[in-house]
Amino acid sequence: MNNVAPKLTSKEYEANFAELKPALTDVAALAEANRCLYCYDSPCMTACPTHIDISTFIKKISTGNMKGSAKTILSSNWVALTCAKACPVDVLCEGACVYHGKGEKPIQIGKLQRHVMDWYVEKKMPQLFSPAEKNGKTVGIIGAGPAGLACAAELTLLGFDVTIYEASKLAGGLDTHGIAPYKMQQQDSLNEVKMIKRLGVKIKTGVRVGKDISFGKLEKTHDAIFIGVGLPMPAELQISGEEMNGVVNALDFVENVTKRKWKSVDVGRRVAVIGAGNTAIDAATEAKRLGAEEVFMVYRRGREQMSAYDFEFELAKRDGISFYFHAQPKKIIGKKKVQALECLETRIVNGKLKTIPRSEFKIPVDMVIKAVGQNIDETLLVSIPKLKIKDGMVVVNAKSYQTSNPKYFAGGDCINGGKEVVNAAFDGKRAAYGIHNFIFRKK
Amino acid sequence: MVDLRINCAGIKSPNPFWLASAPPTNSGYQICKAFEAGWGGAVWKTIGAPVMNVVNRYAAVDFNGQKIIGLNNIELISDRSIEINLKEIAETKRLWPDRAIVASLMVESDRKIWHDIVKRTIDAGADGIELNYGCPHGMSERGMGSAVGQVPEYCTMITEWVTEVSTIPVLVKLTPNVTDIRFPGRAAKKGKANGISLINTINTIIGVDLDTFQIEPSRGGKGGHGGYAGPAIKPIALNMVSEIARDPEINLPISAMGGISNWKDALEFILLGATSVQVCTAVMHYGFRIVEDMIDGTTNWMEEKGYTSLDQIRGKALTNIANFGDMNLLSKHVAHIDEQKCIHCNLCYIACEDTAHQCIDLHQKKGKKQPTVREPDCVGCRLCYIVCPVDHCITMVQKDNGAQSKTWNELVKELPQPLSIEDLRKFQHKHGIDVH
Repeated sequence: MNNVAPKLTSKEYEANFAELKPALTDVAALAEANRCLYCYDSPCMTACPTHIDISTFIKKISTGNMKGSAKTILSSNWVALTCAKACPVDVLCEGACVYHGKGEKPIQIGKLQRHVMDWYVEKKMPQLFSPAEKNGKTVGIIGAGPAGLACAAELTLLGFDVTIYEASKLAGGLDTHGIAPYKMQQQDSLNEVKMIKRLGVKIKTGVRVGKDISFGKLEKTHDAIFIGVGLPMPAELQISGEEMNGVVNALDFVENVTKRKWKSVDVGRRVAVIGAGNTAIDAATEAKRLGAEEVFMVYRRGREQMSAYDFEFELAKRDGISFYFHAQPKKIIGKKKVQALECLETRIVNGKLKTIPRSEFKIPVDMVIKAVGQNIDETLLVSIPKLKIKDGMVVVNAKSYQTSNPKYFAGGDCINGGKEVVNAAFDGKRAAYGIHNFIFRKK
Repeated sequence: MVDLRINCAGIKSPNPFWLASAPPTNSGYQICKAFEAGWGGAVWKTIGAPVMNVVNRYAAVDFNGQKIIGLNNIELISDRSIEINLKEIAETKRLWPDRAIVASLMVESDRKIWHDIVKRTIDAGADGIELNYGCPHGMSERGMGSAVGQVPEYCTMITEWVTEVSTIPVLVKLTPNVTDIRFPGRAAKKGKANGISLINTINTIIGVDLDTFQIEPSRGGKGGHGGYAGPAIKPIALNMVSEIARDPEINLPISAMGGISNWKDALEFILLGATSVQVCTAVMHYGFRIVEDMIDGTTNWMEEKGYTSLDQIRGKALTNIANFGDMNLLSKHVAHIDEQKCIHCNLCYIACEDTAHQCIDLHQKKGKKQPTVREPDCVGCRLCYIVCPVDHCITMVQKDNGAQSKTWNELVKELPQPLSIEDLRKFQHKHGIDVH
């Protein structure tokens, strides 16, 4: 890479990646819990994709029943610590808080949930659930992300023998590898993995299904299989110069940053991030916090079309990120190493995006981070007989999460095209019941 | 121009706000500081029999994160000598001649001892005397405080001992730890008291420690009942003050106390007949400075309402107190929920459904669950109004035109006795009242 940005001191890195939303003190948590109205059939519960009984867990904080509160949370959501820190609460639970209707600040549900989960981790995660007696059936799960973990945990409670096959060395999926360190630490996700393992779930890491173990073997070993493989394939820009040194995929970049070995992550002095989703924002802010002097987000449409949440956009602005809207990357210029990104201006004509001829302009950069989306690994999934894939998503029954191949179930990003951790957690849990019904009632 | 001056049984002060006899009035230093802050008077912490205190004297009830909704104490009367207290009374009175200094007294039930302390108190220059018949802890075990207040005969006897020698006004402070507050009140009157102070603190145990099973707070492993005060007891005090104020056999000026924390509380007591109001817990929570808002708030309220003197409002709410038998049974109110203001917490729904009369329905409206009142089934109990967290969202709407009235006392005269449920149902049916 040309012009690698100078490394920062350890202190600077720590400061740059310090938590954006610090924990509540015990006193503050109690005050906030007491502020909760304890609504009946509360809108926050409805807004949560996993339907955590929020007013009940908050009420339990106020009565000092922390263990009961943790159980209320975990009985709905197995990755509640990750969700407490990484959920877009503004648009989910907190966005639905009735206090908005009174013109008052919503209850800080995310922080209260984190307060409980921090307590739970601090107490060394005592067992809150007793798995049912073994039912003699076994389920294989592909991918130890939030969907797979939730499915595994729920199945274990139902009495199944569950093994998760995970290609990476560390379990947790994007919870472990894809969340910015100023939102949560990798250890938070690993603690959740540990909790789920302690229920009796077996996790085989470093095992890539389709390569280290065949689907055929999996089918012979297990009574049902859950696919929770997410979207591992970065979408390509399909422009020239993508192979150059200095061009990276956002997810790879973000994963490197979560390892907290910031000195070893090279970043250019000037960085272009292509895309305008939440991952693009993560990559841009992380590049800036690693020491990049200027970071540009390049997006072919306008501010209104950005898929990133408003609070993420605000974060990027606070971090001093510049934005090129209506800019379509045309090619990456350089001699083996990136020197500039050339773009064309765009405009919307009759609702369609059009590039403006001869409107080329160059942004001199040393690094290009591609964040234009993720796709499923079709080459892997075609090995599963009769598995139907549509629009880049595995097709499932909306209720049972069963795929077109009855032995296979699926959930998480690979069925929804990429949503939140909390959606994956819900899918996994619901799929566990789909599997249970398939094996014991419908068979 | 608003004039807050009062004359309570001959004790004058520039405003009605007095500090109650309690830890805040333990010394001349404190009372001078309080007068500087604006307090109109102070009842000196009870002077009298020698005592010795224990540690952990106070305990409080917090509610939903709100500190001190009630304060419990087992502190005894002044543990300083009579001489020092009387000397400081004299000094303070000299420095603050316009303020009321009332000496609270409690000694053994001996006529001579009472005569002695009353005379010495008058010599010290106190404006009045308050007889402490209220302390429910410690002193009562020694035959003083509430041990006197609970026996009307003792009340009369000791009051007589005091009034037969006193040349200054004598207030008798009553304990609420009785079944009918009017009896000790009448006893005080019989003993020629010039006024009544009430209420003293209420017997309470504040809590039990779930780890040690000890009583909160523990004093060397032991705890017990103390005297409860603060905002939690205000409704009890309001009722007792009104009972004394309404009793034709008593008819004495009242110095009221019990959970008064601000000017609004104070005005409520004055509207129920109080002349001066005494404060302790709120001061123990926030300091003497709170009197500034009490004076300011009262003055602003009076200006707004067009009153110039507290005499114009004293006791004005008493005529609105009625016995149940004199209330209109035919007044029809139903709850109404303003859907524009509703925030969909559904607390009204669950309160009505689980604990009242099942007349609120939840139905889906614009993606939200909207509670609405099924009016014909609403008995007008007002529970939903109470639980609703939004101001003016639920209102109790009058449905009758006010023309019809029938009280219970009138009704029982008209219906055959002994009253049968069938006759009552007929009456209700006739007036469209459905009991379910």
